[in-house]
Amino acid sequence: MKITEETIKHVAELSRLEFKEDEIGGFTAQMSDIIKMAEQLSAVDTTGVPETVQIVDRDTTFREDKPEHWQDRDTMLKNVPEKANGYIKVPVIINKDDND
Amino acid sequence: MNFKSTIGFEVHFELKTKSKIFSPSPVTYGAEPNSEANVIDWGYPGVLPTVNKEVYRLGLMVALATHSEISMRTHFDRKNYYYPDSPKAYQITQFFEPLARNGYVEIEVNGKKKRIGIHEMHIEEDAGKNTHGTNGFSYVDLNRQGVPLLEVVSEPDIETPEEGYAYLEKLRKIVQFTGASDVKMEEGSMRVDTNISIRPAGQKELGTKVEMKNLNSFEHVRLSLAYEQKRQEQVLLSGGRIQVSTRRFDEATGKTVLERVKEGAADYRYFPEPDIAPYHIQQKWVDEIKEQLPKSAEERFNQYTNEFGITEYDANVLLATKETSDFFDQTVAAGADPQMAANWLNTQVNGYLNDQRVELADVKLTPANLAEMIKLIKDGTISSKIAKKVFAETIANGTSPKEFVEKHGLVQLSDESVLGPMVKEIVDNNPQSVEDFKNGKDRAIGFLVGQIMKQTKGQANPVVVNKLLKAELQSR
Repeated sequence: MKITEETIKHVAELSRLEFKEDEIGGFTAQMSDIIKMAEQLSAVDTTGVPETVQIVDRDTTFREDKPEHWQDRDTMLKNVPEKANGYIKVPVIINKDDND
Repeated sequence: MNFKSTIGFEVHFELKTKSKIFSPSPVTYGAEPNSEANVIDWGYPGVLPTVNKEVYRLGLMVALATHSEISMRTHFDRKNYYYPDSPKAYQITQFFEPLARNGYVEIEVNGKKKRIGIHEMHIEEDAGKNTHGTNGFSYVDLNRQGVPLLEVVSEPDIETPEEGYAYLEKLRKIVQFTGASDVKMEEGSMRVDTNISIRPAGQKELGTKVEMKNLNSFEHVRLSLAYEQKRQEQVLLSGGRIQVSTRRFDEATGKTVLERVKEGAADYRYFPEPDIAPYHIQQKWVDEIKEQLPKSAEERFNQYTNEFGITEYDANVLLATKETSDFFDQTVAAGADPQMAANWLNTQVNGYLNDQRVELADVKLTPANLAEMIKLIKDGTISSKIAKKVFAETIANGTSPKEFVEKHGLVQLSDESVLGPMVKEIVDNNPQSVEDFKNGKDRAIGFLVGQIMKQTKGQANPVVVNKLLKAELQSR
């Protein structure tokens, strides 16, 4: 996969990150190296091998549907910069799916 | 030029669980803001989600009820996006291996039956709720964060707004009768997004899709699709081009309004969720769920009308909710006459619930008590007039009708050896009525029945009284 400056700008926008124009070149080179390293894996022939989505040694672990109160509202709101009447107060954002 | 429409639906159902999908936080409708969200829901570093078994069970019920193929191996995926209602900055959903695929529901429009395919259904978590203020701020409530959702995606088989309406009605009914969701649009437990494209008849490839999200009612869905169909036709006929876009239905004008134009495909960078293990669904469990699947509305309708001989109208009133239908089934199972049980539920019980603004689950009436009361009416123990008194007591306080009737001496008087002399005496005391009767005034009987009722405090059996009175009057 070829990493270009455009790729970096696109991913930065998706991640809501702002870079200065002179930083882009450095990130492009670094990201290219990372992807190249990961691409070494494609040397392995995986024909007919199902995709690995999990490497942990367990599956199908369910929790029973029993409600529990862990933290109360005051505790959870302690780390909130701004609050109002039990709500978290944030700058207004109207368009939800900016990247739609 | 003739056009063909293709309509699709993405319907979200809130699954009716006691706790959230990935955390044990309680789920209560209308709870105080942020009172039901813990560190997992808030996406604190280091927390691990655990999957609620009931979410799978309810999802599998809907899969079975829609003839879907269940995926025996599923896993969760991350959908990445940034918005204040999602503290983790991603939603856990099933993108690559959904719960089930290739189902269908059968609809009927103008007497024509049609199968509408279900492409897939998957389980996922809901996001929190934002309230937008007018002062440049939004207010976030994370109670809804992590509430389990089932998203059902239709195949592009729907061709008219009427078919779309019928599809939603049918899907809603199916899900409602599995008991998996409350399916209340006004409370957000059923949410509808739709899309429509049109193309010239004969053209194979589909036209450009226009989406409409979060419609308020099935009627709005139908109206907005009908409007959109016409609008798109006019655009194409005048040589224009349809834009990939999201539009909103404006209730006041009945028109759809452009909300935003989409540029490029969505980029959610889906990848398998590393915090949750994959799930292998065992056939044994699916068989167990199939075994417990409640009867569908369709099966119940057939039973009510064919086996019980109830009118289609009454059957449909009973089937308005699963709760009423279940209550009816239990009343009949407890020995009540089905038509009488239907009448009482549809008129007296519904009337009471409307007056008091409560739900069936909130009142003290039980199927056993209703059945007991109906039996008392049917075997002549109480009159229908007394029954109203008994009913008022039973629904308000949960009193057993039989005990109430015995305690207050409300048993209907049907004994002819008691009523006979009473009738004779009343006729003796009312010579004018005898005269009227002889002159063909039937109202005279009504007056005399009233006198007997007064004397017996409403307990005399009106059928017996009528019979005795007629015989007595004719003998004079």
